[in-house]
Amino acid sequence: MKCPKCHAEMHTYNRNGVQIEQCSGCRGIFLDYGELEALTRLESQWTQPMPPPPAPQAYPAPPAPAWGAPHGGGHHGGHYGGHGGHHRHKSFGHMLFSS
Amino acid sequence: MTTDATVLLPALAAQAGAAAHPEGGGAPCACGSTTLADRPDATVVRHAGVVAKAHAPGTDPDELALRLSAAARVPDVLLPPLTTTAATVRDRLVTLWPYGAPVDPDDPGAAPWEAAGALLARLHRTAMTGPLPPMRGPVRAAQAVGRLRTALSGTPHPAGPPVLRAWAALPAWARAEAPMPGPPALCHGDLHLGQLVRHPDADADADGDWRLIDVDDLGSGVPAWDLARPAAWYACGLLPPGEWTRFLTAYREADGPAVPAGGDPWPVLDVPARALTVQTAARALTKALAAGRPLDEVEQALVDACARMIPIPHQLTRGFPT
Repeated sequence: MKCPKCHAEMHTYNRNGVQIEQCSGCRGIFLDYGELEALTRLESQWTQPMPPPPAPQAYPAPPAPAWGAPHGGGHHGGHYGGHGGHHRHKSFGHMLFSS
Repeated sequence: MTTDATVLLPALAAQAGAAAHPEGGGAPCACGSTTLADRPDATVVRHAGVVAKAHAPGTDPDELALRLSAAARVPDVLLPPLTTTAATVRDRLVTLWPYGAPVDPDDPGAAPWEAAGALLARLHRTAMTGPLPPMRGPVRAAQAVGRLRTALSGTPHPAGPPVLRAWAALPAWARAEAPMPGPPALCHGDLHLGQLVRHPDADADADGDWRLIDVDDLGSGVPAWDLARPAAWYACGLLPPGEWTRFLTAYREADGPAVPAGGDPWPVLDVPARALTVQTAARALTKALAAGRPLDEVEQALVDACARMIPIPHQLTRGFPT
């Protein structure tokens, strides 16, 4: 069959016993009636917890509060402090040593 | 310089010099004296191996005596005072201490985060054998907010409302308007990197033998407060996660009681870290208003964190009522 989006050829694959069609061009996926439900059912039957995905950083970011900095805190860290070797913001350098 | 510096500084130098040279009989010496700090709340002068500190005007002598005694009982955590009674110089209480080399302010990357975490854990595990006044962390935060209100009354600023609203949303205990909750621990009350010095007997090259200094806010209270300033810096995106993790891990490995041994520490840290963020933002804004300058990006990050706090309910844990 042809992909309805880019009109390239679609190939059939078997995923956990469910036949799915994937476009050779845009990599889009076509599911027949009931196939999405079949995949969802398979997912819910997956009782063994998966190993956690490998952390994108050298170490996982520690937890941070919900009000934390969106680009700092636990998310990407050290926006102003910088990782080792970066020059620390002068104002924060002073803050580290004052009440 | 403070107004009475012309009298106070030489008097402190004389006190420190007499303690440094007890056999000198007041004879002149060649050591010279160095002013380590001269702020409205503290003036500190060093002579040879002795430091004389004039405490803030209005310091309660009885409370200071209890704090000095407490420090003297944990010499492996707090630098012990040379004497546990304060002298009076003019109208100021003065205490004498051994000199310990501080963290280099020009090299905060060398900060001993592991030592800071381990020292706090040991402090918090110390049994409180005698009477102790409350740890003054919340009082200090309230004072900073009070000074900000005064500054804003003459000069409104768009950063004022988010800081004051974040403060108003804190539970009463964190605003020093109610007793602190939970099982009390011996707390430092004002931890920052300037509160760490090497023990005078330590090898200058050795990586250890750090002690905490400054007993002015020491007392009984919520131990999470002592972790909350680094926690606030981290939450605001100022302290890199690696340094925060080193500090927190060292605290946990030393069996610090303020946070659970594993898992998310934020249910416990949330309220104190909010309070420290507000306090730091208030101090920064007050200084910026006094200088007539805009906030820099670090100061703005603190104000932004205050603004984000307001719609988010603080995390509650057992024993921490609102």
